[in-house]
Amino acid sequence: MRIERKPLTIWERLYLPAIISGMMLTFSHLFRKKVTLRYPEQKPEIPPGYRGQPVLVKDEDGRVKCVACQLCEFVCPPRAIRIKPMAYPDNAKYKKVEKTPDEFEIDMIRCIFCGYCEEVCPEQAIFLRGPYSVTGLSRKDMMFNKEKLLELGGTMPDPIKKWQKK
Amino acid sequence: MDPILIHLIKIVGVVGVLLFICAYIVLAERRICAFIQDRLGPNRVGIPIWIRKDGRAIQIGACWALGQPIIDALKAILKEDFVPGHVNKFYFWLGPMLVMAPALMVWAAIPFGSTLCGVPMIVADINVGILFVFAIASLGVYGIVLGGWASNSKYPFLGGVRSSAQLISYELCLGLSVIPLFMQVGSLRLTEVVRWQTEHLWLICYPWNWLPAIIYVASSFAETNRAPFDLPEAEQELAGGYNTEYSSMKFAMFFLAEYANMITASALLAVLFLGGWHLPFVPVSGGIAVGIAHICIFLAKVCALALVFIWVRWTVPRVRYDQLMGLGWKVFLPLALVSILIAGLAIVAGWSPS
Repeated sequence: MRIERKPLTIWERLYLPAIISGMMLTFSHLFRKKVTLRYPEQKPEIPPGYRGQPVLVKDEDGRVKCVACQLCEFVCPPRAIRIKPMAYPDNAKYKKVEKTPDEFEIDMIRCIFCGYCEEVCPEQAIFLRGPYSVTGLSRKDMMFNKEKLLELGGTMPDPIKKWQKK
Repeated sequence: MDPILIHLIKIVGVVGVLLFICAYIVLAERRICAFIQDRLGPNRVGIPIWIRKDGRAIQIGACWALGQPIIDALKAILKEDFVPGHVNKFYFWLGPMLVMAPALMVWAAIPFGSTLCGVPMIVADINVGILFVFAIASLGVYGIVLGGWASNSKYPFLGGVRSSAQLISYELCLGLSVIPLFMQVGSLRLTEVVRWQTEHLWLICYPWNWLPAIIYVASSFAETNRAPFDLPEAEQELAGGYNTEYSSMKFAMFFLAEYANMITASALLAVLFLGGWHLPFVPVSGGIAVGIAHICIFLAKVCALALVFIWVRWTVPRVRYDQLMGLGWKVFLPLALVSILIAGLAIVAGWSPS
């Protein structure tokens, strides 16, 4: 396609009016609202459904939803997850669930935030959720254990409650 | 007092103030460019005044980043001064020096105040002031060309070549654009130019000086390698231009020299067109207070013009190289000649009060 280029008029060829109007525009920008977020003091608002770091969740009754099936450990591409299963004791309320994680560690240095663990989980116990700032001063700091993951995850309401129906 | 001592004090004062303004004009550039782009820019580092016991510093002016120049200079000094293996070492070292030295030397002939305690506020009041300034300022191109050539790689070389062609072309327009002023004033001495403006109006007030002023401003943008004519160091095209291979303090010298040149250009603009240290209703001569007031007026004008330089840089896009050359040779050169003619007519007709 050929675009006809109109020859510039004398006024346009002077350039100075255009430059001055441009400078007025940039001058007005000096006083506009700034878009910068002063990060450590101001935090961005994380939208719901944001896929941040993997966390463990509990249901409304406070039960750890993970049943230590180790599928996420198996599927994890960088092998960041390490689970040590444990059988529920005989007199436990959720004896029929059979297993629960004794230890559940995610190495946040290795995690690539792919979300396979969330996808593969049959119990909807692990989610990629809000926390986005994963920092630590040592490798040990970056090993997130079960308590920390549960604290980050909080409660995820479970409308199905399949273990109460079994 | 010993005249040599007075001269030394003046030299140290001028260089000190120049480098101080350079440092803060860099900060101003960063802040203003950020504000124009709806950002905030540097806003963390203040000037530390006290280190508390827990290691945190109490600082002033942090929201305006008043300590940023200190940090920048520290960074430049502490960085590794890397010299690539393929460069011509001697000229590689010579380049930054040759850029920096003229940028400071120019200030010898620029009057930055009237008199203070009977001492004229100019380092060397030579009778060919403007010629000296232009001659020394144009030496700066050698440093850029040498730096570009000695770097022995493509982009710096292209930057150096562009720079030499651009500076030679615009040197012509720059020189021609100020001739009308000296026709009216009748002297090349810069103190004389300012004195003339204190007795009559500022030179910008006469309509036949408007065209030279526009040509002078545009040419000084080109001379100082600033947008819209910053082709020698066009980041997007040349990866930094002539200073690509430089690091640490050598790079900082190029960087500082650019800003020193910008301040020199605005100082010359103030002296030639805007009355130098003169301001209406401020007495032309008087005691120490008046002398200091004159210096402050001059510095205020220089800083305001430097801010205009920054403002233009972040508004106007870069021109293409053939447009740059066309503008210089086909537009500004004939217009400068015409403006000389007009000024001559104005003098002959008796409109100019010389």
